[in-house]
Amino acid sequence: MQAYNNSADEIIKKSSIDETDKEMYRSAYKMTIENLDFWYGNNKVLHDVSLNIEENKVTALIGPSGCGKSTFLRTLNRMNDTIPGTRINGIIKLDDINIYTGIKDVSQIRTRVGMVFQKSNPFPKSIYDNVAYGLKVNGIKDKNLIAELVEESLIQAALWDEVKDNLDHSAYMLSGGQQQRLCIARALAIRPEVILMDEPASALDPISTSKIEDLIGILKKKYTIIIVTHNMQQAARVSDYTAFFFQGDLVEFGATKEIFTRPQKKKTEDYITGRFG
Amino acid sequence: MNMKELKFKQKSRLWEFLGEKFIAVNAFVALIAIILIFIFIFKEAVPIFTDPEIREEVTLGKMVFKQEFYEGRDAKWSWQPNSEVPKYSLFALFIGTLKAAIIAMLFAIPLGIGAAIYSSEFAGKRMREIIKPVIELLAGIPSVVLGFFALIVLATFLQNLFGLTFRLNALNAGIALGIAIIPIIFTVAEDAMTSVPRSLREAATALGANQWQVSLTVVLPAALPGLSAGVVLGFGRAIGETMIVLLASGNAAIISANFVDSVRTFSATIAAELAEVVFGSGHYSVLFFIGSLLFVFTFIINFSGDMLLTRIKSRFQGKMN
Amino acid sequence: MTSTASKIIDTGQIATNGLDFKPKTQGNIPRGLTLLAVIIIILILAIILGNIIYGGVGTINWEFLSHPPENGMESGGIVPAIFGTVFLVILMVIAVIPVGVFTAIYLHEYTSPVSRLTRLIRVAINNLAGVPSIVFGLFGLGFFIAFIGGGLDSIFYNSEGPVWGQPAIIWASLTLALLTLPVVIISTEEAIRTIPRELIEASYALGGTKLQTIIRIIIPQALPGILTGSILAVSRGAGEVAPIMFTGAAYYLPYLPSKLNDQFMEMGYHIFVMATQSPDIEATKPILYGTVLVLLILTFLLNFIAIYIRSGMRRRRASLQ
Repeated sequence: MQAYNNSADEIIKKSSIDETDKEMYRSAYKMTIENLDFWYGNNKVLHDVSLNIEENKVTALIGPSGCGKSTFLRTLNRMNDTIPGTRINGIIKLDDINIYTGIKDVSQIRTRVGMVFQKSNPFPKSIYDNVAYGLKVNGIKDKNLIAELVEESLIQAALWDEVKDNLDHSAYMLSGGQQQRLCIARALAIRPEVILMDEPASALDPISTSKIEDLIGILKKKYTIIIVTHNMQQAARVSDYTAFFFQGDLVEFGATKEIFTRPQKKKTEDYITGRFG
Repeated sequence: MNMKELKFKQKSRLWEFLGEKFIAVNAFVALIAIILIFIFIFKEAVPIFTDPEIREEVTLGKMVFKQEFYEGRDAKWSWQPNSEVPKYSLFALFIGTLKAAIIAMLFAIPLGIGAAIYSSEFAGKRMREIIKPVIELLAGIPSVVLGFFALIVLATFLQNLFGLTFRLNALNAGIALGIAIIPIIFTVAEDAMTSVPRSLREAATALGANQWQVSLTVVLPAALPGLSAGVVLGFGRAIGETMIVLLASGNAAIISANFVDSVRTFSATIAAELAEVVFGSGHYSVLFFIGSLLFVFTFIINFSGDMLLTRIKSRFQGKMN
Repeated sequence: MTSTASKIIDTGQIATNGLDFKPKTQGNIPRGLTLLAVIIIILILAIILGNIIYGGVGTINWEFLSHPPENGMESGGIVPAIFGTVFLVILMVIAVIPVGVFTAIYLHEYTSPVSRLTRLIRVAINNLAGVPSIVFGLFGLGFFIAFIGGGLDSIFYNSEGPVWGQPAIIWASLTLALLTLPVVIISTEEAIRTIPRELIEASYALGGTKLQTIIRIIIPQALPGILTGSILAVSRGAGEVAPIMFTGAAYYLPYLPSKLNDQFMEMGYHIFVMATQSPDIEATKPILYGTVLVLLILTFLLNFIAIYIRSGMRRRRASLQ
């Protein structure tokens, strides 16, 4: 923000650039995926997937296990880069930046597209340090700012009241559901725009699951959320849009209501009615 | 088909029973051995505390505190078991042991841990295929060969490099010892780092940390008990190692803070003196007392090393994957 | 258009969240420093091996490998030392393999891994692996020679001079067997773990007893691991000097050992003796280097074979999973 604190002249200049940026580059969608192919070694696991992700909505990715939905999710913040022998073809844009070719440092994309994993994976550090981690590695040194953001994120993740007196306790002292909300708070702390969730409630009990689902409903006001789930009820409850993957193909994509009530494709219908999966 | 009646032989319960007992007896050898080692080493050291004749010559106090060996001279620590007035100050040997071990650790920790970090965090597959055999080969060099190398080659090199008066000294022995314990530190530390779950690395990566930040801020702190275990076990080996110090240290029990003075260690003292000592004498008991100290010390070291490793295992087992 | 986009990227201001994220450094320093540690370790190994090969290769010839030492060890060969080493490790293997293998089997087939007894045995094995080799030497002297050997003498050989109560190859090999016991146990256990559980259960399902299953399934299936353990034990045992220096190794013997209570010459000890007791180190140097090279080749060869068998075993396990 400091850069904006200069002369009035500069502010105008800056903001005008920003305006033109928005005009020129920003499409209607938060993320656009065009003709995406993906390989593990010689094994092609995604075929020509194209999809648009709308801002401040929840998009659910469903399909039987091994259908490529998790792989697809992990291409959106370039997590698959960390797996040797993977290859990608196609275009993924965040606003109008191509996340594979348009940036210098891959971590820039990961600070804008956060991720929550299937199993809660807090660091063996204190609750506070877990949430502060992303800020610290991205060069934020201001202690007060960090404290502020830690609190803000824990509040957003609906965990603050439970942990505010024990911020210096090890994250491993928390229950499974709390750990997962801690991981959500950790992802929120760096103020991402998009949050990827990879079956975030699959390892949790029903009560913790419903807390997470409530949380998703609240978070979408501020963030764009993409969630992988194998639980169709969950997809129906939390999402605005649903994409159905099967054997590496995007079979059908549309408003969740449509998909679950009037699926266009036979495959989709079979899946959501439980004929296979 | 020929429906021949099959007659199964009744199995002998006796053989099963004897077989199990025989196998069980073998399984107790390790346990019994450790107990016997304890008993038989201590047994020979006990006369220092009980035998009046030997207590004339040596007591615990004489081994620990400064002694006034000749009237009117300053009290001092001295190890001269064969002189007219036998002097059994273990303090002099303790300093020697510690000096050699500290130099060894200063040499081996950065190399062992550094290489472990590289191998676990940065190395590609091909580089790892070079590092692993190199470490195994280094671990396979018998300590007498390392001692020989330090005696013939390293000592001359260090003497010329630093212009030293004495070829054989704590520095020389310490570096050779360091070479011997690099594989221990490396192996334990690398194991600890590779056992840090992938999910933690992914969590950090997803928060925008790049590779070296993940290593330094997540993997290293998480693997810290394992790294400590490597260091602790390496230290234990450095204290107990014999042939290297016997060949490379000069074996003079000098008390000083100078790292290029000669030193005499506990282990080398046993090795050098036991062959010439009178069975059952005070000197004999003192050497077994030193052996007891080494045994107890390494026992504690190994135990703490194990505890640290158990901690890192339980830290990640079941918690996540 | 693209220029604006790239400008945004270059100033690192692509984050739109109002937080002042810093562009990251590439982490070349940690990578470089740890790589340096790896390079130094490789250099150390290369220098040691290079020096020993360079110094020893000229000495090794048929005469060296087929003649006893001559002329106060300044010329001639090392036949008695090679013979003694081989004899020693053969006895050691005969003692250690059954005990080690049965211990591993007991831990896997007869007890639950969490039982107190199993844990106690494991603690004993771990600590046995950490006891300094010189302490094993003391133990060999106090237990095998004085207690067992001396006991045998007083029962069966009244009044004659010591028969068993003196340093001898049997006592040295038993001492080494204790020292290498953990090596054998650990590799046998690793091998037992690679045996598919279904195989063992199939044997039980067909009415095989525990003992039959162990003899017909587990031991044959674990054979590569047992072999690996034996080879590693031999390699370790052949290089150890401290445990045998009071329990049986001799400076020089005019004959080869032929009975279990004979003393013997051994390569590692021979190196130690020549390096420290020789009046003219320059004159013995070629022989010394030659002996070191032979010992090193022997231990490395054994290690390579063991690593080869083990990696085959690990591949098998990987392919099963």
